[in-house]
Amino acid sequence: MNELPQQLVNGLLLGSMYGLVAIGYTMVYGIVQLINFAHGEIFMTGAFGALTVYLYILPDGTSMLIALPLMLIGAMVVSVTVAVGAERFAYRPLRGAPRLAPLITAIGLSLALQQAVWAWYPGAKSKISFPQIEGGPFHIGSVTIQTGDIFLLVAAPVSMAILAYFVMRTRTGRGMQATAQDPDTAKLMGVNTDRIIVVAFALGAVFAAVGGVANGLKYGDIDFRMGFILGLKAFTAAVLGGIGNIYGAMIGGVVLGVAETLATAYIADVPGLDKLGSQSWADVWAFILLILVLLFRPQGLLGERVADRA
Amino acid sequence: MPGKGLIVRQRSLIAITAALAAGALTLTACGSRDDDGGSDSGNGGGGGTTVVIGVDAPLTGDLSALGLGIKNSVDLAAKTANKEKTVDGITFKVEALDDQGQPSVGQQNATKLVADDDVLGVVGPLNSSVGESMQKVFDTAKLVEVSPANTNPALTQGVDWQKEKVRPYKSYFRTATTDAIQGPFAAQYVYNDAKKKKVFVIDDKKTYGAGLAATFTDEFKKLGGQVAGTEHINPDTKDFNAVATKVKNSGADVVYYGGEYPQAGPLSKQIKAAGAKIPVVGGDGIYSADFIKLAGASGTGDLATSVGAPVEELPSAKEFVANYKAAGYKEAYEAYGGYSYDSAWAIIEAVKKVVEDNDGKLPDDARAKVTEAMQNVSFDGVTGKVSFDEFGDATNKQLTVYAVKNGAWGSVKSGTYTG
Repeated sequence: MNELPQQLVNGLLLGSMYGLVAIGYTMVYGIVQLINFAHGEIFMTGAFGALTVYLYILPDGTSMLIALPLMLIGAMVVSVTVAVGAERFAYRPLRGAPRLAPLITAIGLSLALQQAVWAWYPGAKSKISFPQIEGGPFHIGSVTIQTGDIFLLVAAPVSMAILAYFVMRTRTGRGMQATAQDPDTAKLMGVNTDRIIVVAFALGAVFAAVGGVANGLKYGDIDFRMGFILGLKAFTAAVLGGIGNIYGAMIGGVVLGVAETLATAYIADVPGLDKLGSQSWADVWAFILLILVLLFRPQGLLGERVADRA
Repeated sequence: MPGKGLIVRQRSLIAITAALAAGALTLTACGSRDDDGGSDSGNGGGGGTTVVIGVDAPLTGDLSALGLGIKNSVDLAAKTANKEKTVDGITFKVEALDDQGQPSVGQQNATKLVADDDVLGVVGPLNSSVGESMQKVFDTAKLVEVSPANTNPALTQGVDWQKEKVRPYKSYFRTATTDAIQGPFAAQYVYNDAKKKKVFVIDDKKTYGAGLAATFTDEFKKLGGQVAGTEHINPDTKDFNAVATKVKNSGADVVYYGGEYPQAGPLSKQIKAAGAKIPVVGGDGIYSADFIKLAGASGTGDLATSVGAPVEELPSAKEFVANYKAAGYKEAYEAYGGYSYDSAWAIIEAVKKVVEDNDGKLPDDARAKVTEAMQNVSFDGVTGKVSFDEFGDATNKQLTVYAVKNGAWGSVKSGTYTG
């Protein structure tokens, strides 16, 4: 049987997850040129926020149909609070500092958030089960889609569309574009740049929260380290797609996810590469792809801004 | 607008960050240290000299379920010895360190234990890869180490154990059976009893997992079985869908996984979700209640081999099980509880021999003497007769096949591999 369609769907799902998280990296970078390494942990706290709503707020046995929207809201509340708090107390005081200072702060914040969840969330010292949507998998031709993946499959494009509308059509969205192009001029034109930066952090956190819930539904468990590797992958996706470009983040995520999946599935069949084809090599192939893309398109797949601005 | 210099600086910042990211990918240790894991083991002993039994195991992180079972069981052994005054004039204390399943942390812990003069023996670690990194540190200090869980053959029989067995370190012993027996034992069960002929072999590339998968594959092929495919997973990820799809399309009727439960659970779940309703078989590394939790309902029918006969069914273990319950530990003793208790007891027996030979006092070169005495230790422990062969391996080579039934592991068949 031909496994390519299934592997492409596997890659698309994995990539959508990367993309949802990558948007947060790219938006914050686009506006303040900060690589927010704590963003993976914002994704993680979102998943824990959703779990908290399910375990401690909703009555036992609530149907997932009702629970899921409330869990999403809970995830967003937690993620946005953490992200805006981080912006206000960790990054804003360093706004004028050399670039490396906020970067190191972000790494420190990432570790601190992980350890805080590890230490204070009940049961978080090992993996915690995440509620699942009932119902069997769906079959479309030779492709099987799990029930938990449906959410991701719907949520990723819908959130993308909403974001595109927001950035293109609303006043705040245009303010974001203006701040990204030139913060000083934007300020002179009456854009409240401080507010725009907070909005960028909050929006990124909302997407991370959606990703966190999707991750819990897809894999069935969450843990305090879930954001670390995924955050690095999402950052890679953002660079691949062109950091600063929101569509690039999603496309970079999907390209990275599909590349990893196809590397796992097919590289071993290439004569002479059978030792380099397993999943443990998938990351290597993904990074080789990243290097190749950056060699020929240093601005990333869709990025133009990095070259334009400054 | 600022000039071109800034653009360059910005790009190089991305380059630095990308390099940082790549570096961090290989450095995924984030659990926290739990150095105050030492517990007081009751003061019922005869006072006088204190002997510390070190414990090294993953007490936090993914593998902590197994690690905490080891720590508690050693603690129970020390308490029992103090209560019964097994060694006159000696009070045993337990000092437990967390290795997070990381070889580098294990080595630091080994150095720390060596530096404490009161430590006369160490129980641990859980992971063969961690064991590998600790052996030399202990051997240089002549400090005896008894692992309840390491199963990689090379630890006692040298890297070329398949051709010529050479014991690398005289201070290293283990109460667990090796994968040289566990892998073939599993292969025989899968081929002869479960009647599966086409296997897909997956491992996590670690010392334990890769070694076990290799010994399984050799025997399975020898028996006439077919290998439908092989795959090495990345233990840092939890998305195994690409691998699961491969397994489904390979037409295999069984999966053998060399590795541990944090990956085995999700892997089993994703293989079944992909549509391959075939059992996943693993070694002692997946024999944990957490495997069942992670694999979910579809894990029913999955198999694991583990060292020894089932502790619950052994007459010799009744007392251990009852005492463990009575001591009120929060965590279960898990797969290695009985072996950890026996490992600690072997150290206690060796200390006893040394003290008795020296008129009731610890000699100055106690560590070397205890290591020497360990070679000849022999007693009836929780898991049966405990003694060691010329390589430091347990002479008890029993193994048991367990299957997931109704949300718990149930024993299916006990025996050993005789070639």
